[in-house]
Amino acid sequence: MREIILLKLGEIVLKGLNKRRFEEKLMSNIRKSLENCGKFNMKIAQSTIYIFPSDEFEFDKAVENLKCVFGIVSIVTCGETEKDINKIKAFACEYLKDVLNNVKTFKCEAKRSDKAFPLKSPEICMELGGHLLENFPHLKVDVKNPDVVVYTEVRDYGAFVHAGRIQGAGGMPVGSNGKACLLLSGGIDSPVAGYMTAKRGVSLEAVHFYSYPYTSERAKDKVIKLARIIARYTGKFKLYVVPFTKPQLEIYEKCPDEELTVIMRCIMMKIAEALAKKHGSLGLITGESIGQVASQTLEALAVTDASVSMPVIRPLIGMDKEEIVTISKKIGAFETSILPYEDCCTVFVPKHPKTKPQLEKILQSEKLLDIDAIIDDCVNNVEVITIEPLED
Amino acid sequence: MENIYFDNSATTKIYRAALKKYVEVSENLYENSSALHIGGINAEREIEKSRRIVARSFGASTDEIIFTSGGTEGDNMAILGVAYANSRKGKHIITSSIEHHAVLHTCQHLEKEGFEVTYIKPQKDGKIDPLDVEQAIRHDTILISVMSANNETGVFQPINEIKALCGDIILHTDAVQAYGKMNFSDINADLITVSAHKVHGPKGVGTLYVKKGTKITPVIFGGNQDGILHSGTMNTPAISSFAKAVEIFNANLEKNIVYLKSLRSYMIEKLNSIDDILINGYDAVNVVNVSFKGVRGEVLLHSLESEGIYVSTGSACNSKSTDISYVISSMGVPREFAEGTIRISFSEFNTKEEIDFTVEKIENILNLLRRFKRR
Repeated sequence: MREIILLKLGEIVLKGLNKRRFEEKLMSNIRKSLENCGKFNMKIAQSTIYIFPSDEFEFDKAVENLKCVFGIVSIVTCGETEKDINKIKAFACEYLKDVLNNVKTFKCEAKRSDKAFPLKSPEICMELGGHLLENFPHLKVDVKNPDVVVYTEVRDYGAFVHAGRIQGAGGMPVGSNGKACLLLSGGIDSPVAGYMTAKRGVSLEAVHFYSYPYTSERAKDKVIKLARIIARYTGKFKLYVVPFTKPQLEIYEKCPDEELTVIMRCIMMKIAEALAKKHGSLGLITGESIGQVASQTLEALAVTDASVSMPVIRPLIGMDKEEIVTISKKIGAFETSILPYEDCCTVFVPKHPKTKPQLEKILQSEKLLDIDAIIDDCVNNVEVITIEPLED
Repeated sequence: MENIYFDNSATTKIYRAALKKYVEVSENLYENSSALHIGGINAEREIEKSRRIVARSFGASTDEIIFTSGGTEGDNMAILGVAYANSRKGKHIITSSIEHHAVLHTCQHLEKEGFEVTYIKPQKDGKIDPLDVEQAIRHDTILISVMSANNETGVFQPINEIKALCGDIILHTDAVQAYGKMNFSDINADLITVSAHKVHGPKGVGTLYVKKGTKITPVIFGGNQDGILHSGTMNTPAISSFAKAVEIFNANLEKNIVYLKSLRSYMIEKLNSIDDILINGYDAVNVVNVSFKGVRGEVLLHSLESEGIYVSTGSACNSKSTDISYVISSMGVPREFAEGTIRISFSEFNTKEEIDFTVEKIENILNLLRRFKRR
């Protein structure tokens, strides 16, 4: 017998003429995500992707990796057998032995997409259920709330038996919806924003503003680690580390105290936009959520929005901190996000930041700076780091 | 130019001869020193030879020397071991508020178990007043634990005076920062913790000196490889390399102390030309703890790092937290100074030229940083 993996696809099955393009993107992403798991074959049929492993294939690791591939709704590891009800019965007993010995109740479900198979779905369930009851006398049938559901799928390619599906990451294949540039700070929000945008099929690149010596190499390491956590979902991407101390000091010296934060954010957006344009990104992604801090009031967001012409994607805009933290924990970023290595740049935080900045005034203050020179200088001195997915 | 390493209170560079010893013993005496065969016996002989060298540096006999994994383990063994062994006599412990976390957190753990702990605050100069200790003594006091030299300021504490006042109460001293900076035959305490990596030895090894007759019970249990108090396979290469380091620094001890003190006073003299600074503590051998008004220690540290100069803010073990050091604040240093505190700690490998270069850089950096101080 052999064990294979079936991947059920999400909303891309509803796509029309360009469905094929989404499927191809997804298959290419899967291939990359399984690169380090050993050889395998893959094919797609009936909106399901089949993974046929070779002998040296690392099954468990592959399943873990597949959980991070957007576009997959569920992952099923199942045994493959011949399309013959007696073979299916014998095979199920053997293949699900360990699972069935550890539970008390079960039910059978069947799906017959090969209509040439002589038994209808309910008949398959009755035959197999009866056989399992005979062979595992401790088991009882419970159709309402079983410990385990034994599935039989009779498909064009063969018959498959399994005991349940693992939830996939959902969403759409990364790369099927263009590329955007994430402003990655090192806190809790921005990695979640990146994750959520990538989930909708958007490829990422990221930009981090680095204020050495006001922050340290440890802070940079932390940001790289967060980027690598995101890369588990997106695959490899580029991180641009912008040396930001000089502009910060310039803003600090020339601009009014209470406007520092808003102006700093505008400049960050402008630099990110310049990098995004240079590298083919179609939008900027931030972790802002309305009202969270002074620079995220609607008035402040309006000002930062006006500083760029690209669309700004803010997937967390309506979320509470708690909801953001839940996702941060789910994607494994939280523990890294809360490491205390940032924030020694409190020098640049005004005591009383403006919560309702006016665009006119901010534009006036920005005239005190040579913004084009700042942007050029930052873009030219950027450090480019290739981010590989973090391995466990 | 090579990096300037001014963080010797955090750890030191291992002596080349000690490293060589480590490799040699790892290769040639890898057998388990508890084994019955001749391989094991030879490893044991090497350990006993090392024990004699370390014991001599304490002016102690070999059966008073226990090898540990370092300072934290030594402090835990001493404090917990004495507390548990003497709890019927009393449950009161005296320590200082400026101890290393290895002592403070162990005491806090004992408080949860029903012990009472008095924390003595230092005076403005960073020293514990022996009279404050005397006043804290109660009929049920079983242990006094005061460090020999503080890890952030380098200030030496009056251990012998405290010993003279504490009668038959057991006295432990965390001497991790004092080892190699004073003659240990002169310390009068019942238990002394030291660590090899602060004296150019390897990491992961240290000693707990336990004076004969001290009432103490083991806190980790196993094969009693190093007597009843310490179990675990003996770390032969580390112990042997540690002894090598002790041999080297002891040969030049007096001379080194004079040299380190001269570096310290040289640096303080140069720093004094800078405005708005405070030197925290006196009576230290190799540490200059200095506060600069209007900057943050961490920012200054990273600015120096970019010039290839390595210093520390507070002790390395807690500088990941951005709070003001509990040692500096308990000395009453004003907040606007305390925020800008760095620790410069020397070893015999440092030079006056390095100090010249560093002070010049500090002046330049301060000129920039103080322009941008928080409004």
